[in-house]
Amino acid sequence: MAEKSYGKRPWTFYVLAALFTAFVIFLYAPMIVVYILSFQGPTGGLVFPLRGVSLHWFDALFGQARTGDVGGAFSRSLPLALIVLLVTVLISVTAGFAFRRRFLGSGLIFYVAVASLIVPGLVLSIGILVTLKFLDLPARWFTSGLGAHLSWTLPFGLLIMFAVLGRFNPAYEEAAYDLGANKWQSLRHVIIPILFPGIIAVALFGFTLSYDEFPRSWLAVGSKNTLPIEIWTMTTNVTSPALYALGTVTTVISFTAIAIALGSIAYIQRRRSRRG
Amino acid sequence: MKSTRSLIAYLQVAPLFVVLFLFFIVPLALVVVVSFYRYQVMVGLVPDFTLKNYVEILTSATVWKLYFSTVKFTVTVLVITGVLGFWISYFLVFHIRNLLTAIGLFLVCTVPFWTSNIIRMISWRPVLGKEGLINSALLDLGVVDQPVQWLLFSDFAVVVAYVHLYTLFMIVPIFNAMARIEPALLEAATDGGASRWGVVWNVVLPLSKTGIALGAVFVVTLVMGDFFVVTVMSGGLSGSATSGIFNDLKFLNYPRAAASAVILLIIVLLIATAIFRLVDVRKELAR
Repeated sequence: MAEKSYGKRPWTFYVLAALFTAFVIFLYAPMIVVYILSFQGPTGGLVFPLRGVSLHWFDALFGQARTGDVGGAFSRSLPLALIVLLVTVLISVTAGFAFRRRFLGSGLIFYVAVASLIVPGLVLSIGILVTLKFLDLPARWFTSGLGAHLSWTLPFGLLIMFAVLGRFNPAYEEAAYDLGANKWQSLRHVIIPILFPGIIAVALFGFTLSYDEFPRSWLAVGSKNTLPIEIWTMTTNVTSPALYALGTVTTVISFTAIAIALGSIAYIQRRRSRRG
Repeated sequence: MKSTRSLIAYLQVAPLFVVLFLFFIVPLALVVVVSFYRYQVMVGLVPDFTLKNYVEILTSATVWKLYFSTVKFTVTVLVITGVLGFWISYFLVFHIRNLLTAIGLFLVCTVPFWTSNIIRMISWRPVLGKEGLINSALLDLGVVDQPVQWLLFSDFAVVVAYVHLYTLFMIVPIFNAMARIEPALLEAATDGGASRWGVVWNVVLPLSKTGIALGAVFVVTLVMGDFFVVTVMSGGLSGSATSGIFNDLKFLNYPRAAASAVILLIIVLLIATAIFRLVDVRKELAR
């Protein structure tokens, strides 16, 4: 098509560029508004104009227990997200290797994973609640909550591994064997390094999807809330910029995770191309 | 040799299966079981085999009205996110000449996916509210002399939030499908005399349909299964197909909540199957 050759840009380029720009503004502008409003002075309200600039509402967030148990929610959500990251990487990378060959039941397990991805979160949450009733067990963030999160992160991890392993050339592995490597050595020195950027992507999904997960956690985490549920309860009873401050803090954490992941992928790729 | 190989495969896939079994298959199975149970105040679950829960739900005019409104939202959001997703992906794949730029812009679209949905939803309040940014701008410009009321806490606000949250689920699979189209194919079509629209309609669209189908399945399940967005953005004015579930849970009426969940699940699965039947997604993924 004409666009690919380096000629004059067609008019559709400008129309679609405008659409894209509008979409990006639509995507980010409301979030930026919230971040700005969270830095208001003590008399600030929920809308513009900005009344002073301060860190007052961040202080209020972790200060006296007036905005709920935000600190406690962080102290559960962060470790939970890290556990989910670790388990998601281990399980989906191993499972990804199994799917390199067809085996009896591989199709079935694939469909179960996809179904787990698209089942409405609320339905699953009720399911876990009912299961706990049957077993007469209490809901806890580190047991049933962990399971609810894994039912959401593992299918993502598996799909990423499909994409990554689909591009992996088995010749590298065979070459390692031909050169005398044993199974462990070829895994350690050949396969894992090649797959590493993909594994980081799985980790990023594991962490952020767990950290922000809401509908599945709703009935599964028990009486001690994770952060998204804490935010949800705050939306109904907190009418101060403290809510926005919490939004800013939690987004900073998400962005840090994204930056670490993308940064390390870029670093690996650059080091690789320099060597290669 | 072959049997040890498949034994290894089973060992590798076992942890995944165990987790999915415990936290997906068993819970769903028990939801179905409990949906036939009887509800008794203060007791909770009473084993039984009754269709009462289903009859109550399916004969309720409110439920039908809520489902109708949810389907209306789903179709609206599906059309908007589908059109946006298609053209944004088209722009990134076929109009951006530098691959790194395209990937960078693609990441710009996907970053919000890794941040909190609830915060992104709430962030519309200071924009759409009565004293929000849009209303202040309209008042200052003299376009209106009263704040526009229907911007927030309305069906409009619900659709805005859905589009904001879920367009990503369209962009990613469609972008993925389009990125695999051979540019030579488009050149061949142009050389063969196809117009610009002809190429989009007869070449790009058919080759992107796996992506569109995957995106559609995501959007359908997310909107059909949503309770939170509709509650916050409509200010409680609109309900969703899941509203009944929440009321039942409040009164610990698990059997009827389970029956509602089963009905929702069946509808979502039927739609997903219909979409997957149109396009063989697994074959396309393995391509």
